[in-house]
Amino acid sequence: MRRARVATVVLLCCLLALALLPLFAEKYYIQLFTKMMIMAIFAMSLDLLVGYTGLVSLGHAAFFGLAGYALAFAAPQYEAANLWLSLPLAMAGSALLALVIGALVLRTSGIYFIMVTLAFAQMVFFVFHDTKIAGGADGIYVYAKPVADIAGWAPFNLENHTHFYFVVLVLLVLVYASLRMLLASLFGRVIVGIRVNEQRMRSIGYRTFRYKLVCFVIAGALAGMAGYFAAAQFGFVSPDILGWHTSGGVLMMVILGGMGTLNGAILGAFAMLLLELGFQGLPVVGGVDIGKHWQLLMGGFIVFAVLLLPHGLLGLGRLASRLLRKPAEVAEAGDG
Amino acid sequence: MAEAVLRTERLTKNFGGLAAVNDVSLEFFTDQIHAVIGPNGAGKTTLASLLSGDLASTSGRILLDGEDIAGLPADRISQRGVGRSYQKTNIFLPFSVFENCRLAAQSRLPSSMRFIRPALRYDDVSRQAQRALAEVGLEHRAGVPAASLSHGEQRQLEIAMTLATRPRILLLDEPLAGMGSDESARMVELLRGLKQAHAVILVEHDMDAVFALADRLTVMVNGSVLESGFPELIRASAAVQEAYLGVEELAT
Repeated sequence: MRRARVATVVLLCCLLALALLPLFAEKYYIQLFTKMMIMAIFAMSLDLLVGYTGLVSLGHAAFFGLAGYALAFAAPQYEAANLWLSLPLAMAGSALLALVIGALVLRTSGIYFIMVTLAFAQMVFFVFHDTKIAGGADGIYVYAKPVADIAGWAPFNLENHTHFYFVVLVLLVLVYASLRMLLASLFGRVIVGIRVNEQRMRSIGYRTFRYKLVCFVIAGALAGMAGYFAAAQFGFVSPDILGWHTSGGVLMMVILGGMGTLNGAILGAFAMLLLELGFQGLPVVGGVDIGKHWQLLMGGFIVFAVLLLPHGLLGLGRLASRLLRKPAEVAEAGDG
Repeated sequence: MAEAVLRTERLTKNFGGLAAVNDVSLEFFTDQIHAVIGPNGAGKTTLASLLSGDLASTSGRILLDGEDIAGLPADRISQRGVGRSYQKTNIFLPFSVFENCRLAAQSRLPSSMRFIRPALRYDDVSRQAQRALAEVGLEHRAGVPAASLSHGEQRQLEIAMTLATRPRILLLDEPLAGMGSDESARMVELLRGLKQAHAVILVEHDMDAVFALADRLTVMVNGSVLESGFPELIRASAAVQEAYLGVEELAT
């Protein structure tokens, strides 16, 4: 109980810090944190599959990228898309793709599931890469950010980077709260049961396929939300956004942060992007440009993190709290 | 004699060339315990898996209330009122004892596609889970993780989960396996009580328990039914004595 309270306090402090950040941060950092929050939504959507339902997907970028392309289609040339129309449409498109892919891939499990999700995502990748639908391999620009007009009045302006930041922050909080609610619901109990022992779930009467499929669709739609804002922020969409690099990257965030805890997914997304920047910023030492080879360092870091922190970065917090508590308990025992 | 609630007709399961269950025709009645015994490899657990839908039969029929359920998946058979417990403990180890039973009880709601109201606010489900725990005598352990239960307690939880799904037909695969004598005695009492309003199919090795409980007995050898009928008949059967029971055991 006490640990839950500490976690809540830490979470609220982080939220407060994020809410106050635009007051003192420069534009560059506001945009950086916007990107981190978008990736955090993406990572949470994958965590729902990997960490809660036990479905390790290597094709999650397909849903992220498709919604990005949906925005590009909705904003042809210099015309801005309407947020209230294009965002639901983009998410519905991702959900539909997840329904189709999920209906097929969820018939497999384990290593086959990983391979088949990868294969389907690569098919989507090549549809955009090898055809002229949206600029082919060159990609396509999203010149104008979506407008939030409701009958001529707009509550915020996404061209303003601070507004954009707060919209994404609100969505991050909404997605987090919705997923917390979902996980405590009947549905949430079922998907976690499926991860732990799917065969027994079937034998006590659950048609597990349906629950996995609905979960896959929800995760796809949320990945779509993230992809939509990623495309809007970056102003450019290319097939890379749907590729296996993107899928692998977000899976790494989930694992790095700590699977099966939404907090870990957020932490993983933030940590990964910060590390990337940190490694890229390293100086030239003795003629070797370390920063240029940041991926090598990143790889090494992840190897060490996985080896030393089986519960991800979030495990560090638990470790710290245990170490902090130890002396107090010892003292109490001494008193008695 | 009342109608059989569950009946198999020429039920067969082949694994490659091996007939694990061969041409088995049996009847099961409500308010009775029907024990299935036989040496290792006789096909008892395979028979249980066919009845529960964990395995698909090769041929033959399984009639539940006169309707063929052979080939239905396990979840559908469970929803029709056949509850199975497993020989190898098959529970949700990381969950609390209560959550194991709650999840089983939750399966009786019309749908679990409910995304908003917290699962713990479904009071009927929680009550049903508590009742199942009380029936097997595990209510005092409700809050601990299932993984930290003793082996015997895990066996009890296994039964409680099955009961929480409120089955009409109970398919218990060696519920006494690995239990201490106190736990065994308690479980025998529980099983005796369960035959009220249930058809109990009991796969068991413990002969004392079987003869203490069973209203009917089926002896399986090499996938086939060697003998089936009332316990006195089985005791007297020369074929059974020769194949399985051993003379000294029957003398007691």
